[in-house]
Amino acid sequence: MESVLGRYKNLIVLVAVLFAQVLGLAVQVKRTTDTDSSRLIRVWAVSAITPIEKVLVWVETGAGNLWHNYFYLRGVRAENRELKQQIERLRLDQIRLNEDAAQARRLQVLLGFKEQFVSQTMAAQVIGSGGSEQSRIVYIDKGEHDGIKADMAVITVNGIVGKVLKVFRSSSQVLLIDDQSSGVGAILEKSRLQGIVRGTSAGEVVLEKVMNDEAVQAGDIVRTSGGDRIFPKGMPVGVVTRVSNGTGSDLFLNIRVRPAASLSKLEEVLVVTKVVEKEPTPSEAGPVRAADILAQRLPSVPDKPATADSNPPNDGAKAAPAAPQPKSPDKNALPSTPQPNAAKAQDGAATPVRKPGTVASPKPGASGTVLPKSEPAPTAPAALRPATEQKPAPPPVKVSDPSPAPKPRQTTPPPASPQPSKPQDGPQ
Amino acid sequence: MPITYTSGEQVEVYRFSIPFNVLVPAAALFLQAWLPRQFPFFAMFDLPLLVTIFFAIARRSPVSGLLTGGVIGIFQDALTGLPIGINGIAKTVVGYGASSLGVKLDVENAGARLLVTLVFYVVHEVVYFVVARGLVALNLQWSWPHELGAGLANALVGVFLFLALDRFKQRT
Repeated sequence: MESVLGRYKNLIVLVAVLFAQVLGLAVQVKRTTDTDSSRLIRVWAVSAITPIEKVLVWVETGAGNLWHNYFYLRGVRAENRELKQQIERLRLDQIRLNEDAAQARRLQVLLGFKEQFVSQTMAAQVIGSGGSEQSRIVYIDKGEHDGIKADMAVITVNGIVGKVLKVFRSSSQVLLIDDQSSGVGAILEKSRLQGIVRGTSAGEVVLEKVMNDEAVQAGDIVRTSGGDRIFPKGMPVGVVTRVSNGTGSDLFLNIRVRPAASLSKLEEVLVVTKVVEKEPTPSEAGPVRAADILAQRLPSVPDKPATADSNPPNDGAKAAPAAPQPKSPDKNALPSTPQPNAAKAQDGAATPVRKPGTVASPKPGASGTVLPKSEPAPTAPAALRPATEQKPAPPPVKVSDPSPAPKPRQTTPPPASPQPSKPQDGPQ
Repeated sequence: MPITYTSGEQVEVYRFSIPFNVLVPAAALFLQAWLPRQFPFFAMFDLPLLVTIFFAIARRSPVSGLLTGGVIGIFQDALTGLPIGINGIAKTVVGYGASSLGVKLDVENAGARLLVTLVFYVVHEVVYFVVARGLVALNLQWSWPHELGAGLANALVGVFLFLALDRFKQRT
């Protein structure tokens, strides 16, 4: 027996080592989350490699900055001139785009869309790669200590890059979109066809799940659809470079995509650490209806002493569901239009519609909204002030009843009060 | 191409210092992770594999060769996003094969090293492909032109790398 073991010692060791590795591989494949045994080896390997990479990147960046910022300034003046001209052109474009965006927001309000905004990002330096053709990943110099978490989106100014796959103490592993195990919900900008962007084993990026009979052309822009819950909607993914029909019984088109971000030359990336979901508000969508402003102010009006002819609209405003509606001829056509009820008033801001749990971003447009032109100019800012500014001591503003019924006690309405008839004329 | 058959007593067995044993594989792993970021085409090279072959041939001990290959492969896997063990298995096989070959053949000259590295690169890729598809269900495509081209490129790099590493050999 000993002679047999001695004779085949090498082979036995080989089989044992291979068996152990196959077993380990099988355990990892079976497990859905990579947490235990293999994580330790990854931590060791990454902890050993990434500090050196960080130092090298730091030296490289420092040397590059020294050269570009202090020594090599040739052509800067000419470039500055060109950039200024470009800024002028972009300003003109911006004006036009603002108009389009405002229109789009108004339409979104109508449809009750929920938008996603990238509200917080963290810049990170790419310090290394996976070093394999089969696994397309990169390492960044931000990790758990910096607040990075798994499944965060990684982008550049040009387009999406990938998502955070594994997080270590001071570095993270990012799975690029050209890896075959990645998947990004995508939409074609022009035709609005949805599909999934994946990588191939050859490192190409393809758009899958688009039916054979759809019209897709080279040059079409691919954007994120937001369906994967990782990438915010509307971010650039790439451009279609080639479209071919699927082979045989394949029902889907073969669509090649050139990524918008240069995945092979990544140096700095942005990790999306916070995405805000919110519904667009009418204040962002366009001019605010005076009726809505009036409705928000109603709960702030102090109670009047109980008299025989107490003001019914005030009472009605407190009884939230039965709040008085300003007469709006197209009220039924706008189901998502903010209703003047008590809940909105408690919300405290001039954003009547907000779903619970969503985070509202600052609304610079709220203070910049304008009333219809027929409003007296000095009264507009006061009328647009959010209800919170008037609490806890509401100003003694007498609000005229939006209902057409005449009020004998309110003979001289203050100039700050919107006229009841005007809201109906204002833009919706 | 002078690949000569030698008996076990005729071939020379080398050993290396402990720092060399640790630093060379670590440097190969580091460069493999670092260089493709600077030069994307470098991903076609497999420095850890070349180091595995070098140690296996120089030591001429199958057990040592397969263990070296296994450890290097596992750490290489740890730097990728794939399950750990694919490179480990492939390099274990290569380490065992190269050291077994080193016992039988004298592969000290450049031509023999070129050929041996090319052959073991292809062996490595075949094992990797089988494991990746069979056990991990990765969707890999096999391309002979690509594999042979990459094998030749690796073999050429290997010849120069082995020449550089030869300086650190110590006779037993």
